[in-house]
Amino acid sequence: MNGRAPTSRPQIGGIRETFAPWDDPAARPLVRFDGVSKGFGETRAVAGVDLAIYEREFFALLGPSGCGKTTLMRMLAGFETPDAGRIWLADRDIAADPPHRRPVHMMFQAYALFPHLSVAQNIAFGLKRQGLPKAEIAARVEEMLALVKLEGLGRRRPDQLSGGQRQRVALARAIAPRPRILLLDEPMAALDKKLREETQFELMTLQQTLGMTFMIVTHDQDEAMVVADRIAVMREGRIVQVGRPAEVYEAPADRYVAGFIGDVTLFPGRITAREGPLVRLQSDDGAFDAEGAGDVGDQVWLAVRPEKIAVHTDPPADPRNRIAGRILDYGYLGDWTTYLVEIAPGRTIRAARANATRTVERPLGCDDSVWLTFAPSSAVVLSA
Amino acid sequence: MRRGRSGLAAILPVLWLALFFAFPFMLVAKLSLSDTALAMPPYAPRIDWSQGLAGVRAFLAGLDGETYGRLTQDRLYLDAYLSSLRIAGTGTVLLLLIGYPIAYGISRFSPAVRQALVMAVILPFWTSFLIRIYAWIAILKPAGVLNAGLAALGLPPVDILNTETAVLLGLVYAYLPFMVLPLYAVLEKQDQSLIEAAQDLGATPLSAFWRVTFPLSIPGAAAGALLCFIPMAGEFVIPDLLGGSETLMLGKVIWTEFFANRDWPAASAVAIVLLATLIAPILLFERQQAKVLRS
Repeated sequence: MNGRAPTSRPQIGGIRETFAPWDDPAARPLVRFDGVSKGFGETRAVAGVDLAIYEREFFALLGPSGCGKTTLMRMLAGFETPDAGRIWLADRDIAADPPHRRPVHMMFQAYALFPHLSVAQNIAFGLKRQGLPKAEIAARVEEMLALVKLEGLGRRRPDQLSGGQRQRVALARAIAPRPRILLLDEPMAALDKKLREETQFELMTLQQTLGMTFMIVTHDQDEAMVVADRIAVMREGRIVQVGRPAEVYEAPADRYVAGFIGDVTLFPGRITAREGPLVRLQSDDGAFDAEGAGDVGDQVWLAVRPEKIAVHTDPPADPRNRIAGRILDYGYLGDWTTYLVEIAPGRTIRAARANATRTVERPLGCDDSVWLTFAPSSAVVLSA
Repeated sequence: MRRGRSGLAAILPVLWLALFFAFPFMLVAKLSLSDTALAMPPYAPRIDWSQGLAGVRAFLAGLDGETYGRLTQDRLYLDAYLSSLRIAGTGTVLLLLIGYPIAYGISRFSPAVRQALVMAVILPFWTSFLIRIYAWIAILKPAGVLNAGLAALGLPPVDILNTETAVLLGLVYAYLPFMVLPLYAVLEKQDQSLIEAAQDLGATPLSAFWRVTFPLSIPGAAAGALLCFIPMAGEFVIPDLLGGSETLMLGKVIWTEFFANRDWPAASAVAIVLLATLIAPILLFERQQAKVLRS
């Protein structure tokens, strides 16, 4: 999009991104958090957050409960006032605007549908506040009902709907007045797994069809990975890393991000040598080669994802990045099997193997001796 | 064993209602169909049990609706009836106007403060009702606390004791908790995120109140209104102590008929008429209660 030349280095995550305004220095962000802090009593819920969200972006705030992601979102909606810092919406400082004057709408976690109003009246609520003519409101309500596939249910009351239908009404109600940015507070927390996955894809389609900017708050890393263009990982009121899902997963900023998103095995050690892009790391579990930054003598951590560790029954010829172990336990997940491999007393590693075929000649089981290997480019060197 | 217990549980309320509602109600209904008599007790006919079934039949033949006819002939009853409904109605409106802001205000506080304030609303119950109404006499009488206060402010004295104003004051004072508590129960339960959602969608705080908070609190308002209106319409002590002879209310009429005129049938008939009038709001109240319980 911004004319990046195809690089000789392989692309992270194996996905070519075409939408990347955050890499474009000329692009103006739609929303900008500028040193925003907020405390409740003694606790600092949000501590000096800088963040830029771009038009048409699907942005995810990801973190465990209590990390400040909801507070950050509520400050954008206007329900909380920052103690320090500024929030810009389309180059306007909106700090002084009350919630009802912000072109920012929120889909609440428990949906917060008005129980005394019908589905159609719920969707029309924001449109009426905008003072639109009656005919236009009616047309827009119908359009919204069709958009979320609830045609014919406009006269129902919220308590006559299923959980999934209520979620759609909440969504329709929030997007009907065409906000500049839609905030979604754990929008799928109340749905079961199957419905949640469907809804994730529907949300993405909807966001792209409408060309609207979405900001989602979630503690579910899978959800954030699926729906978001970019993810901001939060921890204790701070943003630890912002990046595309593949960047956050394949190039985590630190051990926290590596461990929060997906499974990871960490090898703490010291860099003993450097050879071009490769560093040699000496750890208690052996010496490993990995691509990454760092100087000789640095204390670092090598992070390897389970699916990047190959499991062999015979010792591989290449002695590099090779660990011997014994299968302690395994879990068959259908698409994947994960193995818990003991490489030293009390020291285990997780390895995962895709079940690409239905039958395996020599199936692995508990107590089998195995060899684990990983490519130097598959490990990440973390300095924090 | 379990079946036996649940059977007992089902029968207890029925037994209670039969003993303390149905039976006395039938006595009153029977009285209202009797005639006054110079006897002790002062009504006729009475069942002569020595005649057996014939006695009962003779008794039933002696019952008639003559007393109800008498009620329509004397304007006093109609006036008292209408003025009871008017005073109870005015009192209910005043209670809504005063009770709603109080209940709403309490529900906005933090839970700990809320509890203390609800306690404060209930606290007057710990003092005898009669004493509290007597206290109002001391406040409202010509040389009372109110006029002393007005004089201190350089304002002319008011003479409201023994007027309808005093009755309304007493009613509002005495029944306020019955209005505040059901309203508070509804307002306190209200999901705060609904208000936020309304404001998020462009409603000003005032508009969010009228479009969300208020409509959702109507069941509480209805419960409070009925809980106050029904007993206020038959109230005796407050109009008697604060209203003097000027205020006509059915409660007082019943008392006068019963004790002053020794006209038990008339007192009973008035009571039955009042009950019949209140049945509609009582049923309405029941339905409202069911609705609140469901939500």
